[in-house]
Amino acid sequence: MPSKHPAIELQGLTKAFGSIVANQDIDLTVFSGEILALLGENGSGKTTLMNMLSGIYRPDAGHIRVNGKEVHIRSPHDAIALGIGMIHQHFKLVDVLSVQENIVLGTTGHYANRKQLNREISDLCDRFGLHIDPTRKIYSLSVSEKQTVEILKVLYRGARTLVLDEPTAVLTPQEIERLFAILRKMRDEGCAIIIITHKLNEVLEISDRVTILRKGRCIGTVNTKETNARELTERMVGAAVDLSIHRPEPLRDAPMLDVHHLTVVNDDGVKALDDVNFSIASGEILGVAGVAGSGQKELCEAIAGLQPIAGGAILCQHVSLEGLSPREIIRRGVSMSFIPEDRLGMGLVASMGMVDNMLLKEYQNQPGALVDRAPARDLANRLVKQLNISTPSIHTPVRKLSGGNVQKVLLGREIASNPRILITAYPVRGLDINSSMTIYHMLNEQKQKGVAVLYIGEDLDVLLELCDRIMVLCGGRVTGIVDANMVTKEQIGLMMTGSSMEEAMENG
Amino acid sequence: MAKGFPLRVIRRADISQGKSWAVRLCAILLALLTGGVFMAVLGYDPLAIYQTMITGSLGSQMSIELTARLVIPLLITSLGVTLAFKMRFWNIGAEGQICVGAIAATYFALFHDDWPQWILLVVMALAGLIAGGLYGMIPAYFKCRFGTNETLLTLMLNYVALYTIQALQQGPWRDPSQLGFFKVARFAPSARLPEVLGVHIGWIVALVLVVLLYIYLRHSKQGYELTVVGENEATARYAGIPVKRVVIRTMFLSAGICGLAGMLQASGADRTLNDTVAGGVGFTAITVAWLARLNPIGMLIVSVLFCILEKGSASVQSVYNLSAATAEVLQGIILFFVLGCEFFLTHRICRADKLEGGVERG
Repeated sequence: MPSKHPAIELQGLTKAFGSIVANQDIDLTVFSGEILALLGENGSGKTTLMNMLSGIYRPDAGHIRVNGKEVHIRSPHDAIALGIGMIHQHFKLVDVLSVQENIVLGTTGHYANRKQLNREISDLCDRFGLHIDPTRKIYSLSVSEKQTVEILKVLYRGARTLVLDEPTAVLTPQEIERLFAILRKMRDEGCAIIIITHKLNEVLEISDRVTILRKGRCIGTVNTKETNARELTERMVGAAVDLSIHRPEPLRDAPMLDVHHLTVVNDDGVKALDDVNFSIASGEILGVAGVAGSGQKELCEAIAGLQPIAGGAILCQHVSLEGLSPREIIRRGVSMSFIPEDRLGMGLVASMGMVDNMLLKEYQNQPGALVDRAPARDLANRLVKQLNISTPSIHTPVRKLSGGNVQKVLLGREIASNPRILITAYPVRGLDINSSMTIYHMLNEQKQKGVAVLYIGEDLDVLLELCDRIMVLCGGRVTGIVDANMVTKEQIGLMMTGSSMEEAMENG
Repeated sequence: MAKGFPLRVIRRADISQGKSWAVRLCAILLALLTGGVFMAVLGYDPLAIYQTMITGSLGSQMSIELTARLVIPLLITSLGVTLAFKMRFWNIGAEGQICVGAIAATYFALFHDDWPQWILLVVMALAGLIAGGLYGMIPAYFKCRFGTNETLLTLMLNYVALYTIQALQQGPWRDPSQLGFFKVARFAPSARLPEVLGVHIGWIVALVLVVLLYIYLRHSKQGYELTVVGENEATARYAGIPVKRVVIRTMFLSAGICGLAGMLQASGADRTLNDTVAGGVGFTAITVAWLARLNPIGMLIVSVLFCILEKGSASVQSVYNLSAATAEVLQGIILFFVLGCEFFLTHRICRADKLEGGVERG
């Protein structure tokens, strides 16, 4: 193992956006041959800090030293010249080009011929244990393969320090294992690795040391071996948090939502859902697990009447929803609420305040040609109080609220309409721990009131704790519906990648 | 931004009301100063010129009436395009909609001038409104049905309408008594709008429309729906708003109001059908609507100021015997600063080495 010397030292880094201080006086050191986890809640300044390191932002104050030498990083080019490579959460690849072409894209200097390039790429792959065919086109790759290309890209450019921004968010448990194996190999090769995450179990598994950020400040750095999940959470949140999710017994009075042989063809003419069958009873939470893009979005939108159905039937309390628009569904007396994944993109109007957003659901039921904002104002005020929504005023545009508050506004409005069926797509995405716990609590309350809840999730630990049953989607097909008490994370992971339920249960 | 460039443009987080008015005031002062330098270089006394502008547009009963006459079509058209803009539908076809409204009204003026005046005028107004509205529904329908680009379609329909007027002037509606000229006959007295306080009653219509539109946008269900569609179409569909119907309905109203402006202009001001009935108002109205931030009350103020500038520079032109181009340059300088200052309401410039903020998030 190479000797450890500091690869990157950040000292007193500060960055403000207008009046908001995103980073305040942050110190961070990562040694070569080490994996450092950067832990913090959303909005704690992790990404800002790493963007300064990779030249996207420039710090207002502070010093950056690379291999002991003070540097000024003015652009991503500077960063890569210093051997710092960033792997973003959202991949920056050109779909129609091949792996190889994406890797050389944007590099300057000599253009190696294809043969030589292929050799260089396969050398890198061998050295770090990566597997990819350099001639394949990006659009034909899976999410984890795309990530591999991103890693190769920065390695090809000679990066010795890698920054990975939430790399596991889109991967199955098995793919996460593979990624971690690659990262360990890189560490052993002497690379310095910074991994940004807010998942505690991953921090404990992969990292050597952890630096914790809270509200833009550095709370401290600890050796991973000397800490545990509880301590990390406390330092991250600033208070003790009960992380256990309560799961009341499902009521299962009567079936609420029945989906039979549902097939949906998306805009590209591809089958996004293929012969999907399931049913949710009242007072039950059905979780949906699957790699991103396995048909979750289409499933929600088909039920909500936003996506035409190519085949099959959807029955809500025995009323067929086929071919009905959202307005007609409401008119038929089906009380259903849908919490879409992109809250500000669908569900809320970002530039409007809480009052006008409350109005969205109920203005159609008001008599006359004019709208009466009084009930919406009352509802907004009530929600602010009940759900502790922090907003300067109920007229402040909701885009100015934090992610957690935005979600409370949406969920609050939908729950206020007393739905019998609640469809939620990634309801805690982008939310901090406390807000997430509030959301889980709200969903459980609905469940106990007898509402049928469809919960599309990405964190398998949460799915297993919160849901009564879990339906696993893979490429638009249901690979199995399992009792959450009877299954492990690994088994779900296998089913997410296409193994049948029987295979998964045997192997898991 | 190039590396090492000493200045950087930064988005402002928020700007206080007071500061934003200070920026605007600055812009006007700078505009007057620059315009003054321009005039001084040409050998005129800037102060005298500015004074002529004011007296020319507001100095007498007569000039006020003339200015008001300019305001009417501009204000009404601004209100019309606002409906579409609020829905993020880029209706730059107001010119054409004005023309079509005027054509439809002219039909009744020419061939039914034996009707009682009030009935004829009401029919003409309705004809202008409906014809303009239907004309505006064409691009709306194509956008909804085939996803065509409304900017191109509305723009091109302007020329169709304009050349239709010219065809009518030279063909079927040509007045034979105007010997060598291609002109449509002047309207009979029964087809002319009566005057109140020296200006045709279009000004009352305009003021009523300001109030109606304010209520429609702020307090009506339809106004709420079109705002949601404009801000976020996905959310509109999510809430069960029939997006296509809202788009077509709103464009009918937007273009209908523009058509009404055409009728008022033809019947009240021109008293005939001219191919200058729109005369660029449809484009100026876009500027007015945005400067007023799509607020009907603001539009009243902005359109009055616009017309003072226009009438004023026309006076300057005749009093000082300036070329039309010179007066237009002066007008252009003032507009440049006033419009340009909007940029500084959302951005600021600071020295790169004193950079504290960086790019605003979001």
